[in-house]
Amino acid sequence: MLAKRIIPCLDVDRGRVVKGIRFLSLVDAGDPVEQAKRYDAEGADELTFLDITASSDRRAIVSELVRRVADEVFIPFTVGGGLGTLEDIRAVLRAGADKVTLNTAAVEHPEVIGAGAETFGSQCMVVAIDARRRVTGDSSSSSSSNGATSGWDVFTHGGRRNTGLDAVEWAARAEQLGAGEILLTSMDADGTRDGFDLELTRAVADAVRVPVIASGGAGRLEHFYDALTVGRASAVLAASLFHFGEHKVSEVKQYLRGRGVVVR
Amino acid sequence: MRVAEVAIIDYGVGNLRSVEKAFGATNCEALVSGDERVLRAAKRLVLPGVGAFGACMSALRARGFDELVRERAATGTPLLGVCVGMQMLFEESEEFGRTQGLGLLGGRVRRFPKELLVPQTGWNQVVQRGVHALLAGVEEGTFFYFVHSYYCEPEAREVVLGETEYGAAYASVVARGAVCGVQFHPEKSQAAGLRLLKNFAGLEAGAS
Repeated sequence: MLAKRIIPCLDVDRGRVVKGIRFLSLVDAGDPVEQAKRYDAEGADELTFLDITASSDRRAIVSELVRRVADEVFIPFTVGGGLGTLEDIRAVLRAGADKVTLNTAAVEHPEVIGAGAETFGSQCMVVAIDARRRVTGDSSSSSSSNGATSGWDVFTHGGRRNTGLDAVEWAARAEQLGAGEILLTSMDADGTRDGFDLELTRAVADAVRVPVIASGGAGRLEHFYDALTVGRASAVLAASLFHFGEHKVSEVKQYLRGRGVVVR
Repeated sequence: MRVAEVAIIDYGVGNLRSVEKAFGATNCEALVSGDERVLRAAKRLVLPGVGAFGACMSALRARGFDELVRERAATGTPLLGVCVGMQMLFEESEEFGRTQGLGLLGGRVRRFPKELLVPQTGWNQVVQRGVHALLAGVEEGTFFYFVHSYYCEPEAREVVLGETEYGAAYASVVARGAVCGVQFHPEKSQAAGLRLLKNFAGLEAGAS
């Protein structure tokens, strides 16, 4: 059977690992290749590198990092952060990445999803969605037709800009455009360690026929279980939990296996 | 010109660097090449493939490598099709109507049914159905990394070396003589994938 995937995420700045919480960065260095090898040895199913380099020679720095990782780590890895054009995507795929995630660019230029899927295959086009539960001043709207929630807004620019798009609708549209996977981050849950936003994860997973990777909020082992069962995610991604060594990937897997989830 | 132990056919499709590096990690020197002379001389050929079947076949044909691969396979040169490269070994695919493949193995390529999440993405197990040097030392039920929307349906049961379950069981490892195909990505499948590549690099011409 197809195994559920556990994906550590590494935030990278100028070719070095930055530890922290995604929407609130806290700097500390490490070598991405060494970290990648460690996660590989612990049983990570894939790796995701989120690049936050702000520099004019960014593309060269990222390509060099990707090349170094690809030379030594023989599991799939995804690169995201600041990729906007087909040329950006081509550069990291050629350097050895398996997939790219598009976030802001996917919203601003949705046609790049289709162009990327056509050129490189939809399997390497991951659309990353940062979603935040919609706050409505009008109390009557919270008891609208489907009850519990009034939905989630899609944010871009590292969580700074509300696009006004509905996260579930955007995920379905991204799939139609050619996305092969959805990386879904709950901004409300991210950094809290209180668990994934299961309602959001489930709503998106039910709306698309491509795998959904749940992200944001992992704090305890049962959170992974919940995201993969109640949330119907195909994979879970976590950054700080693994960075700070609170749980190893192998522990998460052992726990999931014990509860009947198929993992590698 | 040096004769390559393994040549990875470069026809402008996909990420060949990972395959090259993975062979390197098993101490086998593999060469990525789009040079017909290199490909004609190489001891073994790897046919990669990613994305759309039709686009891969057109790109291969545009360089005349479809004939080259057929000719070399006919003389017993070990050939390893990876992912869409495996699918191309078969007669035809139902992707976008019908697209002809290389026809080295009888059978066709079909799309996963709609009720499944497609592409199948992730690690899945290979249950072994046959004995071949390609799978030497690979444990029964080993997980490999898959990413694909279509799967192969061989005509002959005896070419099926391994099966994987996704909705139903399908052929994930095939071989007829030295013509081999794997639906997963050995270059992304950690130790077991490297072992398989090492096994392939040890196959001799005319082996079965």
